Amino acid sequence: MTLAVHLPLWAAILVAACVLLGAVLTLIGTVGLLRLGTFYERVHAPTLGTTLGTGFILIGSMLYFSLAGERLVIHEVLIALFVTVTTPVSLMLLVRAADYRDRLEGHDPEAEAERSAS
Amino acid sequence: MRTLARAILPYPLVSLGLFALWLLLNQSLSPGHLVLGGLVALIAPRGLLLLEPPPVRLSRPVAIVRLGWRVFVDIVRSNIAVTGIILRLKRRERNAGFVAIPLKLRNANALAVLGTIITSTPGTVWVDFDSATGLLRIHVLDLIEEADWIETIQQRYETLLLEIFR
Amino acid sequence: MNVLILTLSVLLAQLCLALAMVCATVRMLRGPRAQDRVAAFDALYVSAMLLLLTFGIRSGTTLYFEAALVIAVLGFVSTAALAKFLMRGEVIE
Repeated sequence: MTLAVHLPLWAAILVAACVLLGAVLTLIGTVGLLRLGTFYERVHAPTLGTTLGTGFILIGSMLYFSLAGERLVIHEVLIALFVTVTTPVSLMLLVRAADYRDRLEGHDPEAEAERSAS
Repeated sequence: MRTLARAILPYPLVSLGLFALWLLLNQSLSPGHLVLGGLVALIAPRGLLLLEPPPVRLSRPVAIVRLGWRVFVDIVRSNIAVTGIILRLKRRERNAGFVAIPLKLRNANALAVLGTIITSTPGTVWVDFDSATGLLRIHVLDLIEEADWIETIQQRYETLLLEIFR
Repeated sequence: MNVLILTLSVLLAQLCLALAMVCATVRMLRGPRAQDRVAAFDALYVSAMLLLLTFGIRSGTTLYFEAALVIAVLGFVSTAALAKFLMRGEVIE
């Protein structure tokens, strides 16, 4: 926290809020991973962490380094871009793999979803 | 003139992206990095030529901005909705399920963008797309009315994507 | 004052992210099926990457950024490879 002394109070509060909110969203996402019942429900949960969770923490990091170091630090944009492009790809691949495996074993994922809903 | 530009920069958008990536990674705008980044932007896209990706033709920049804004709003909204579902703020029976959506979209790039949008929005996941029938199957975490989802995807995203990838 | 606010909130955020990693690990160990484990692995590396970024804020160096970027890249490649393996690896004929 050596840089933090250079920060004005409002900036410190803003960075703190962003980082905390992002971390809490990521936590909720993984809690969902634990709590939801079937694979197809669970696969939705981690996207909380990869969209706004990552977004908030990266914004917090950018604000912190830019405001405390009096030069623009925006290379976090790269992680944001990379995560937004790659997460959907891996999730789509995973869902398709699950769908394929279910069919291979003779389960119909649509029927399973009906059963768990009723 | 056009063919010359095409010979030097076969994929101008990719080149621009690589140039920006180089400068961001090095956190600098010094002349040395500008030259190195320029070299990367000139040479690296030639590797793409070997892959022969389907050509991307974007039109209507206004539509691109509108689509981006819509996606952002939807991501924020569904983050809140999925948080509510996980923490069970709403004590209602969860009903996840599959939805089949007929699409007019056939462009491979447009479908890739649609897949990225649908999957990165919490609460919806792309399952598969049948290019023969144009039927898209998605899985929705909070499925209340199937018709609502069909209309959402068609109205909010498909119409704009049809405009952009013409 | 602002040092205190930042120290506390970053510490709290790190606890949240560590807990997120624990949740993902539990799901990874519990399964029940391979695709559940891979989905949990995906969430695990994202949380680890975010944890590294908060370490960067805490120590005031941008060095952690590079580590986070490498984790993101490797995590994506391994998830994609695992998903592909699930599709092809178990087809025994």
